[in-house]
Amino acid sequence: MRTATAATAAVVEPGRGGATSTRRGPTRRGSSAARGQGLWGWLFVSPMVVILGLFLALPVVMALWVSLLNWDGQSNPFSGAADFVGLRNYQDLFTHDGLTRTLFMTSLRNNLYYVLLVVPLQTGLALALALAVNRRRLKGKGLFRTAFYFPSVTSSIAVSTVFLFLFQSSGAVNSLLKWVGIKGPNWFTDARGLVWVVLGGLGLVDPAAPPAALADHGALGLSWWDWLSGPSIAMCTIIFLVVWTTSGTFMLMFLAALQDIPEAQLESARLDGANGRQVLRHVIVPALRPVLFLVITLGLIGTWQVFDQVYVMSQGAPANTTLTPAFLSYGVSFKDAQYGTGAAISFVLLAIILLMTGLQRLLLRERDAGGARVALTRRVRARVRTQRQAQDQAGRAGR
Amino acid sequence: MNTPTPLRRKRSRTPRLLGTLLLAVVALVFLLPFVIQLATTFKTDPQAAASPLSLIPHPFTLASYRQLFGGGSDAVPFPTWLGNSVLVTVVVTVGRVFFDSLAGYALARLRFPGRGLLTVGLISVMAVPGVVLMIPKFLVVQYLGIYDTYTAMIVPLLVDAVGVFIMKQFFESVPQEIEEAARVDGAGVFRTYWSVILPMAKPALITLTVLSFQGTWNEFTHFVVTTQSADHATLTTGLVQFVSGGLGSGTQYPLKLTAALLATVPVAVVFFVFQRHFVRGGSTGALKE
Repeated sequence: MRTATAATAAVVEPGRGGATSTRRGPTRRGSSAARGQGLWGWLFVSPMVVILGLFLALPVVMALWVSLLNWDGQSNPFSGAADFVGLRNYQDLFTHDGLTRTLFMTSLRNNLYYVLLVVPLQTGLALALALAVNRRRLKGKGLFRTAFYFPSVTSSIAVSTVFLFLFQSSGAVNSLLKWVGIKGPNWFTDARGLVWVVLGGLGLVDPAAPPAALADHGALGLSWWDWLSGPSIAMCTIIFLVVWTTSGTFMLMFLAALQDIPEAQLESARLDGANGRQVLRHVIVPALRPVLFLVITLGLIGTWQVFDQVYVMSQGAPANTTLTPAFLSYGVSFKDAQYGTGAAISFVLLAIILLMTGLQRLLLRERDAGGARVALTRRVRARVRTQRQAQDQAGRAGR
Repeated sequence: MNTPTPLRRKRSRTPRLLGTLLLAVVALVFLLPFVIQLATTFKTDPQAAASPLSLIPHPFTLASYRQLFGGGSDAVPFPTWLGNSVLVTVVVTVGRVFFDSLAGYALARLRFPGRGLLTVGLISVMAVPGVVLMIPKFLVVQYLGIYDTYTAMIVPLLVDAVGVFIMKQFFESVPQEIEEAARVDGAGVFRTYWSVILPMAKPALITLTVLSFQGTWNEFTHFVVTTQSADHATLTTGLVQFVSGGLGSGTQYPLKLTAALLATVPVAVVFFVFQRHFVRGGSTGALKE
C-alpha cells in the first residue's frame, strides 16, 4: 500500500509544477497520497496559523476597531460600552487644534528629520565601508568586517546604555571635544535645532530669537520655525547611535553584492584598459544599484519605527524634540489611556510604512527591467570581446 | 588566467598603507564604545565620573560584578532578569526552529488545500512592521487574560513569519528525488520530514537558531507591552528600568554598564562562534530584518 501511494505520488510529480504553484490539484485528483498530505499539511502549519493569527492578524483587526472608539482601556471595547467615534481619532490628528495634533505633528517632524539624516548617513557609510573592506589586498579584512558589524549584533538597549554614558555632559565625547578645544553641548537636554545652531554659529541668524515671519505662521499646528529648525541636539545623539549600529548590517549587504561581481568581469574590464574610476562607474556601480535600492528602502521602513532608543535615552524629551510617532502612540495608550488615539497613530504609521514599501516595489520593478537590460548588454559586450580576441589570435596565428 | 594587472603594480604602496591605516582608525571608533564600556565596569563611581575616557581602571575593582550577583542592600535583581532572559530565549528558540521548519516544510513541499492562500498571508504578515503591533498585541494579550505571564512573553514569539519564509525557501531548494526515495522506502510524511529532510537543512536551521536567539535575547518592545511586574523583567526591560532611574539612584554608571555588558556577552559569544554565518556566508540575505 505504502509503495503504491509513493508510486502514485511519483507519477503525479511532473504535474506538481513549481513549489509556488497554487493550483488545487490534490483533492481533485483524489489520490490517497494527496489526501494524506492535506491532513499532514494542515497539521504542520497549524502552529503557525494559530500563533500568527492570534498575535499578528487578530491584533491588527482589533486595533483597527479600537482606533474607531473613544476607549480608556477599562470597559469592554466590544460590548458598545466605549463611544464609537468613527474616523474622529484620525481626523483629530490632522485637523483638530489641540494638544493631540501638536504632539503628533511634532513627532512627525522629528521622525522626518531622523529619516532625512539617518538614511543617507547609514547608506553612505555602509557603502564606503563595504568598498574599503572589499579591496583584494587589504590585510585583516575579516577583522575589519567584524569590527564594523559587531555593533549590529548587540541589543539596542545595551548600546543605548553605553551611549547614555558616553554622551553625558561631562562624558567621554565631551572630554574628547575639549581636547580639540570645542565645548560640547548637553547632548540629552539641548532642545535647540541643529540648523539654527549651525547658522547661529556662523553668525547668520540669532538662534535664540526666531524671525517673526517664521515664528508667527505655520502649517498643521506647528510654526514654520518648528518645522524648519532641524533635528535637536538630543535627536542627534540618537542619530549617532543608530547610524553606528545599523551601518554594519547594510555594509554586509553591499559586500555580498560586491562579491557577486564575477572576478572575470573586473579583470576583462581592466584588460580592456579601464582605469579604477571607469571600473567603478561601469561595472561596480551598476552591480550595486539593486542593493542600493534595497538598503535605502529598508532604511526608510526601519527609520519610521524608531522606538527603543527613544525609550531608553530620552523618553521624548527635551521639549518633545525626540518624540516620535511610535513613542507617542505608546505613551498616549499606556500613560494617558487614550487607546483609540494610540491605535489611530499606529495606523497612520502603518500607512506611512506601507507607502515606503510600495515605493520600494515600484522602484524594484524598474530595477528588474533595468537589471535585465544591463545583463543583456553585458552579455553582448562579452561576446563581442571574445570574438575580437579570437580574431586577434587567429590573425596572430595567420601571421 | 589570473594576470596581475599592470596598473595596480605601478602604484606605490604608500596610499594603500594610508588607506588601511584610515580604516583601522574607523574600526577603532566602531569598537571604542565597547572598550570604554569594558574599562568602566572595573571602575568606581567617582572614577567613572571623573575620567570617563581612561581605559585603565585605577583602582581596579570588581564591585559592580559582585553587586550584580551578590545581592547586598541596594541590589539590582540582575539574576532574575538573567533567568527570565535565558528561559524565554531558550524556549522561544527551540519552539521557533521546530514550528518554523514544520510550517516552512509544509508550505514548500506538501500539497494541501489553502496552501497558496497561506503563503500569500505569510508574505503580507511579514510586511506588517513590529512597532505598529505594539498596542494591538497588548490588547489581544489582555483580552486573552494572559497579560504579565510567561505565556504572553513566550507564545507570541514561538513562530515568526520571516523564519518560516527562510525555511520555506531552503526546503524548495532540496531536490525532490530525495523525498521520493524516502517515500519509496516506506517513510511517512512526518518521518520523511523529520529524519530525511530536516537533517539536510542544517545550514538553514543554524541560521534560524542564531537569528532567533539574537532576536529574542535582544527583544524589547514585546516584553514592554506584555509584562509589567518586576518578576517578569528580562535583561532588556530590567536594564531600561534601571537605567532610566526607576531602580538605582544617582549615576551608578559602572553598575549600569556592567549590566549592559553582561547582557551583551551571550549574543557576542554566539556571534563569534557563528561568525562565518554572519560575516561571510551566503546567509547575509537572511539577515535583512
